[in-house]
Amino acid sequence: MATPLVEMTDMCISFGGVQAVDHVSIDLYPGEVVGLLGHNGAGKSTLIKMLSGAYKADSGEIRIAGERARIESPRDARRFNIETIYQTLALADNLDASANLFLGREIVTATGLLNDAKMESETRKIMARLNPNFQKLKEPVSALSGGQRQSVAIARAVYFNARILIMDEPTAALGVHETAMVAELIQELKNQGLGIFLISHDTHEMMELCDRVSVMKNGKLVGTERVEDVTEDDILSMIILGKNPKRAA
Amino acid sequence: MSDTTTAPPAAKRNIAKTLELDTRLLGMIGAFVVVCLVFNVLTDGRFLTPRNIFNLTIQTVSVAIMATGMVFVIVTRHIDLSVGSVLATCSAVMAMTQTALLPNALGLELGHPLIPWIAIAVGILTGALIGAFHGWMIGYLAIPAFIVTLGGLLVWRNVAWYITSGQTIGPLDPTFMAFGGINGTLGTTTSWIIGFAATAAAIAGLWNARRAKVAHEQPVKPVWAETVLSALIATGILGFIAILNSYEVPERRLARMFEARGEVMPEGYTEAYGLPISVLLLIGIAVIMTIIAKRTRLGRYIFATGGNPDAAELSGINTRLLTVKIFTMVGVLCAISAVVASARLANHSNDIGTLDELRVIAAAVIGGTALSGGIGTIHGAILGALIMQSLQSGMAMVGVDAPFQNIVVGSVLVLAVLVDIIYRKRTGGK
Ligand SMILES: Nc1ncnc2c1ncn2[C@@H]1O[C@H](COP(=O)(O)OP(=O)(O)OP(=O)(O)O)[C@@H](O)[C@H]1O
Ligand SMILES: [Mg+2]
Repeated sequence: MATPLVEMTDMCISFGGVQAVDHVSIDLYPGEVVGLLGHNGAGKSTLIKMLSGAYKADSGEIRIAGERARIESPRDARRFNIETIYQTLALADNLDASANLFLGREIVTATGLLNDAKMESETRKIMARLNPNFQKLKEPVSALSGGQRQSVAIARAVYFNARILIMDEPTAALGVHETAMVAELIQELKNQGLGIFLISHDTHEMMELCDRVSVMKNGKLVGTERVEDVTEDDILSMIILGKNPKRAA
Repeated sequence: MSDTTTAPPAAKRNIAKTLELDTRLLGMIGAFVVVCLVFNVLTDGRFLTPRNIFNLTIQTVSVAIMATGMVFVIVTRHIDLSVGSVLATCSAVMAMTQTALLPNALGLELGHPLIPWIAIAVGILTGALIGAFHGWMIGYLAIPAFIVTLGGLLVWRNVAWYITSGQTIGPLDPTFMAFGGINGTLGTTTSWIIGFAATAAAIAGLWNARRAKVAHEQPVKPVWAETVLSALIATGILGFIAILNSYEVPERRLARMFEARGEVMPEGYTEAYGLPISVLLLIGIAVIMTIIAKRTRLGRYIFATGGNPDAAELSGINTRLLTVKIFTMVGVLCAISAVVASARLANHSNDIGTLDELRVIAAAVIGGTALSGGIGTIHGAILGALIMQSLQSGMAMVGVDAPFQNIVVGSVLVLAVLVDIIYRKRTGGK
């Protein structure tokens, strides 16, 4: 097979005594969706935050497309075209959708001033794709519903030609219709060759969207399986018992 | 996917909404007008004379300049308690530069045309360095701004004392003093020219913004609304100039000016002050700060950081460096205020800028800057400074005792914040 887009090897990080991620290795190929599953506090968000630059790993190695990558800040991650939708939506509540979408990467005019009109029309375009009912472009995002805010966060991650997309519970606040649209979007991005890490607690949904799933428990990796090789029950017992029934057998 | 470009239903939209006027700003302007009218009645019409309006504006300038910077500080959830002391240090440095350092060390004789400009440059550099140092301690060493600037309040007040050995330094250079207000006005003709130019620029800006929106197929206000807004702007600017242009220089002062030039004043000669240079300076700073706030990346990052520091950081914004930049800006503004304040008093005195930190913070807060961060406007802070100054001078004119004046101003500050909290709750926590 081709070189993996992402290889995280032997990743460790602890927070004052708590070993949040303990020697975990995962990888991701282009055009693949890898799901991360596990109990609350299993270490899923922490693991991907080391890839997105929000946390600096204590030890471990990250390779992007085969090259060793030093990712110590969100800026580093952006350089590798890694985009993240954080579980706690990282939006500036006082700014409107387009200011949030372009935060850190604003479009400017020839004179170096912000080109708000252009950013707004770009936002209008991408939002029409993600959430056609989205109208509140001028309002601060604090005035939006949870799902609308999530649409803004998703729009931000997909607008900038990501190569690696991290989605930490992207559908947690979405309605049925919007969730379906996100599933559609994931399929579309996958076909474009992006690699996607997807975190969710919905095992059923994960079985449908992912190519492989990795299960974590108490900071450790329980196992990684191709979805066609396992049943939903296998996954559930991995999450609950922390043992891989297939390997144990 | 689907076509949803249909405009939202034009429900009951009141006039303020159609004009897209900020109701909060309207409320503040309303409060200001009420303050002025009440004092005008209490003083038998002495409050709203060209003379008093002129004085009010030049007294507001120094605090208002610093308040524009305080907006950025408070928006990013910091505070700066040191502005009055930094002003004093910058003022002391500039006073010593022009009266002692340049004449003695560099041998420039007093009155040399370069003296004021070198002094101002040195002062601005001083302010920038102090501000950058504060910002570095807050951003990179993570010491709370409250502590850094509380320390700065004591340190810089006494650095100023040390530089001048506690003495009043004066007289200052005549060109330098032109930045103070009454000693540097532009006269009627120039004032009118500036007034018309400003009106033209403001209206052109308004219509350009409209054109940009149309080009990107965004909703715009009806033409009549833009026209009304343009008319309001023109009336405001030109009315202000007209008032300043009707404040005439007293005859005795004119006679002295002619005498100084060795001429005799013609019979019946009159001259008006017009726009003070210091007010022009404030307007210039307000425009620049507004552009920074609304139209630059720097401003966008300031507001984003105030709204959600983590989100800003995760978006790749270097919030530490941002803090340094903000406090450097404040330092520079303190230096500019120091020019205005010392020039207005015609000398550097030890107590210059005392309690200004409170006036500046109050101006920003009364002007709608939220202490919880993320919200604030430059024009609001300037209006806040004007309201505070009007209260203070109005009470002085009415003959309210000094302690009572401060009691009222303090209470107004607390009340203004309460009203703001209620307003924000009503309008949905904007
Ligand atoms: N910044 C932090 N400081 C201290 N402890 C942390 C921090 N971030 C995470 N942890 C701890 O690390 C562990 C893993 O947390 P993490 O957020 O990765 O869990 P998760 O698998 O994403 O859970 P959930 O499904 O609830 O989102 C938890 O025990 C948590 O308390
Ligand atoms: Mg999580």
